[in-house]
Amino acid sequence: MLSSSSVNEGIVRQEKTNDFCITFCTVNGSGSSTANTTLLRAIFKMGVPVSGKNIFPSNIQGLPTWYSIRVNKKGYIGRLEKDDIVVAMNPATLVKDIDYLVPGGVLIYPDDIEIEINRDDIVIYKMPVKKLTRTPEIPANLRSLIANMVYVGVVSELFGIELEKIYLALDYHFKHKKQAIDMNFNVVKNAANWAKQNIEKKDPYWIAPMDATKDYIMADGNTAAALGSIYGGVQFAAWYPITPASSLAESLNEYLPVLRKPDFEGENNYVVVQAEDELAAIGMAIGAGWAGLRSMTSTSGPGLSLMAEYLGLGYFAEVPVVVWDVQRVGPSTGLPTRTSQGDITFANFISHGDTQYVILIPGSVHECFEFGWKAFDIAERLQTPVIVLSDLDLGMNQWMTPKFKYPDKPMDRGKILWENDLEDILNRYNGEWGRYLDIDGDGIPYRTVPGNVHPRSAYFARGTGHDEYARYNEDQDVWERNMNRIGKKFETAKQYLPLPVIENRSGSSIGIIGFGSSDPAIEEARDILAAEGIQSDYLRIRAIPFIDEIGEFIARHDKNFVVEGNRDGQMKQLLTLQYPGLACKLNQVSHTDGLAISAEWIVRQILSREIISDDD
Amino acid sequence: MTIDMSVSAQKQNVNSIGLTRSDYRGAASTLCQGCGHNSIANQIIAAAYELSLSPEKVVKFSGIGCSSKSPTYFLTRSFAFNGLHGRMPSLALGACFGDISLKGLGVSGDGDTASIGLGQFKHMVRRNLPFVYIVENNGVYGLTKGQFSATAQQGLYLKKQGTNPYTPVDICMEALIANATFVARSFAGDPKQVKELIKAAFRHKGIAVLDIISPCVTFNNHEESVHSYAWGKDHEWPLHEVSFVPEKEEINIDDFEEGTVREVELHDGSLVLLRKLDRDYDPTDRWEGIKMLEEAHKNNWLVTGLIYVEPDAPTMFDHYCLPDKPLNRMTEQELRPAPDTIDQLNALMW
Repeated sequence: MLSSSSVNEGIVRQEKTNDFCITFCTVNGSGSSTANTTLLRAIFKMGVPVSGKNIFPSNIQGLPTWYSIRVNKKGYIGRLEKDDIVVAMNPATLVKDIDYLVPGGVLIYPDDIEIEINRDDIVIYKMPVKKLTRTPEIPANLRSLIANMVYVGVVSELFGIELEKIYLALDYHFKHKKQAIDMNFNVVKNAANWAKQNIEKKDPYWIAPMDATKDYIMADGNTAAALGSIYGGVQFAAWYPITPASSLAESLNEYLPVLRKPDFEGENNYVVVQAEDELAAIGMAIGAGWAGLRSMTSTSGPGLSLMAEYLGLGYFAEVPVVVWDVQRVGPSTGLPTRTSQGDITFANFISHGDTQYVILIPGSVHECFEFGWKAFDIAERLQTPVIVLSDLDLGMNQWMTPKFKYPDKPMDRGKILWENDLEDILNRYNGEWGRYLDIDGDGIPYRTVPGNVHPRSAYFARGTGHDEYARYNEDQDVWERNMNRIGKKFETAKQYLPLPVIENRSGSSIGIIGFGSSDPAIEEARDILAAEGIQSDYLRIRAIPFIDEIGEFIARHDKNFVVEGNRDGQMKQLLTLQYPGLACKLNQVSHTDGLAISAEWIVRQILSREIISDDD
Repeated sequence: MTIDMSVSAQKQNVNSIGLTRSDYRGAASTLCQGCGHNSIANQIIAAAYELSLSPEKVVKFSGIGCSSKSPTYFLTRSFAFNGLHGRMPSLALGACFGDISLKGLGVSGDGDTASIGLGQFKHMVRRNLPFVYIVENNGVYGLTKGQFSATAQQGLYLKKQGTNPYTPVDICMEALIANATFVARSFAGDPKQVKELIKAAFRHKGIAVLDIISPCVTFNNHEESVHSYAWGKDHEWPLHEVSFVPEKEEINIDDFEEGTVREVELHDGSLVLLRKLDRDYDPTDRWEGIKMLEEAHKNNWLVTGLIYVEPDAPTMFDHYCLPDKPLNRMTEQELRPAPDTIDQLNALMW
């Protein structure tokens, strides 16, 4: 056989259809993302549940990058720790990449890489990449970019991905530009043809069409967040470039002109500003929120650190604003291109003095869309900053997700007073109105905004002590009364926040508490644990402040495992503060290595703790 | 007839929109007696009254420091936001988009603008946000009791601080380098000039930077200080005599000697009249402004007046093609895409 070497004959090769992980090991900036997303999209179009995760360096060109596609007929879309198939395009990492292969796995690599393979328990296929791209119709300067299309063709042929679906994916990627599509597709076709004629398939992996993706779309969380914000009526966004949040604001720029068609030609009712830094981005967003606009910013950890002081002002002056924090690994610059759930306590306590924030935590791409519009309703209703905690895994990777749903509620602009509303209030309350006067007893006062020309509407907003009428005040009683009234808003808040998602199973002995992008891994872990005889209940936190159901869930289980992507168990810390009497029922299951949490890791953690407790 | 009208208006003490001077006042000042900032607050009141600005159409902003407390002391009927130290520009920028028919007025200090806020200041300037940016510049941190600011002159001696070894930041120079479209310097001890420049600044289409030397009577008013009353009075060198003329007022050119007055027409048709004093100066030539500031620095002059103006430069608002209806009055119908778009959107995804 020309291009495949033999595999240890002792391995039993049972067919594995629609249940494996394939990782493409390439060099950053080599054009591999086009190839990888093309394969991902083609598999999705075959109706097979699929997910893709990009592990990339903080670099433009030259450092190694990996892209893993998981195909799973049961719909599990969390990360797998081992690879069934490795496509090794990068000689620099090939030896290490092979280590990740399961026994019986497949290694595919270009035939010009000369290397000693030290495993005899895998199937190996070599591809003549150079030969297949050195054709006259491919310009020399594009050859290295288009080389990745060779593995698209070989992989398609070997594992059964329909070329017609590959064509559709290329058509989508290149926005119907025929020349680009054809140049790439010809390489794919030729490579598939070559594989058909030259490779004898010795591996068990197959992709077969299903009908399991019909009600789904593929999208990333940052795009979804931007789109949700547009359906929430975003009018002002200020931002500063930062990985992994940049594509959120860039999506606003891409989709606002499409979705927000104004009545008058050429006029826009939105403003997106690229600020000089995050200090300014949050300042602009808070200024706009104060002036009555639906206002937002998007950033990641280092940017959130810079926003701390202004968020305290937003809290104290009671300004609605939405801040998306697409978390990456900190502290400091950390791992800028790796994922984390490490900003939980910082977001909760951000800024000096007594502060509180409403925090929303989407667990999927379609929740990014949903919380995109809901965040504005909540911020304006409560007149306070809302921080939405996404992460790099959710924000930048393509996920299979239920289709976006149109908002099921009209906008809630909160207690805002225009000229006539203010006149009504003044009539109703004997001319009494104060910007910070709690008329309704829910802690939320009524606000006016600049442009209201009623002579009583203006007030002086400030971060210094003020009374109910927004007048400067240093009196101790006034200060404390105001702070307590603001605190009350966070009790009122609970009725407006997304509820936790609770899934109980009969006979369950443990509780699992999770949040955010680890949701698919936790769901899968529960199934694996159940097969091991451990049934679990699951609560997914979607908002802070915590509501009573969360405490009740913890109380119901002797053992609750709080699964999170950080070193210190930050969510567990917050739960411990909220429910000190239940602290002994909380177990920290956290780690931070920059990769998405896997089901296997959760299972190992819980099993090891369960065994220890059985011994006690 | 015209004379009668103005006399009767004077008798009633109302301006052309029927407001009295007290409609423009603020709370009583809590700054020190004799502080230059109080004098500037009074000129803001006078300018707004004389321009017949509707107080509801002005929004005040400030950062942190003595200067930033002063927006309390004028225009009580205007909305205001006292933000963070050095970060008033970003706050104001966001807020100004709420309703672009409003005029933003920021009051800052030398610590606020030339130290912590230098970045935000210059970026606001380079964006040409329509905004009046007044710096009450006294060369010293008053509220924290007398430390050097970044505009303090080199060699200045202050009790407790010793001698300042560093060169000062020139706010007008920074504004010019950042392509400001209106740059002026004045002296709180010259109230008429302050008032006329504020009026012109209000009517300027883009960013108007006014650096007003405003002596700190408590911490930095000894005679050798370039931010003192005495030094300012001795060293002030007005480039010209400034008067502002609203667009509808007739000018009687006979009042002036031929060739001694230069008119600068602002975007709305109003005029700034600059009566020549002892030198020719062209305030529409940026390079001349930079040269003049350099010369003033070398010779220890406090040059005052309109240093640079570019009346018609596009503003930040122009780049966004905004409708006449204020953004903050937009309704759900205008802001939320229609229900039928959601299917198209899902089809746009993969």
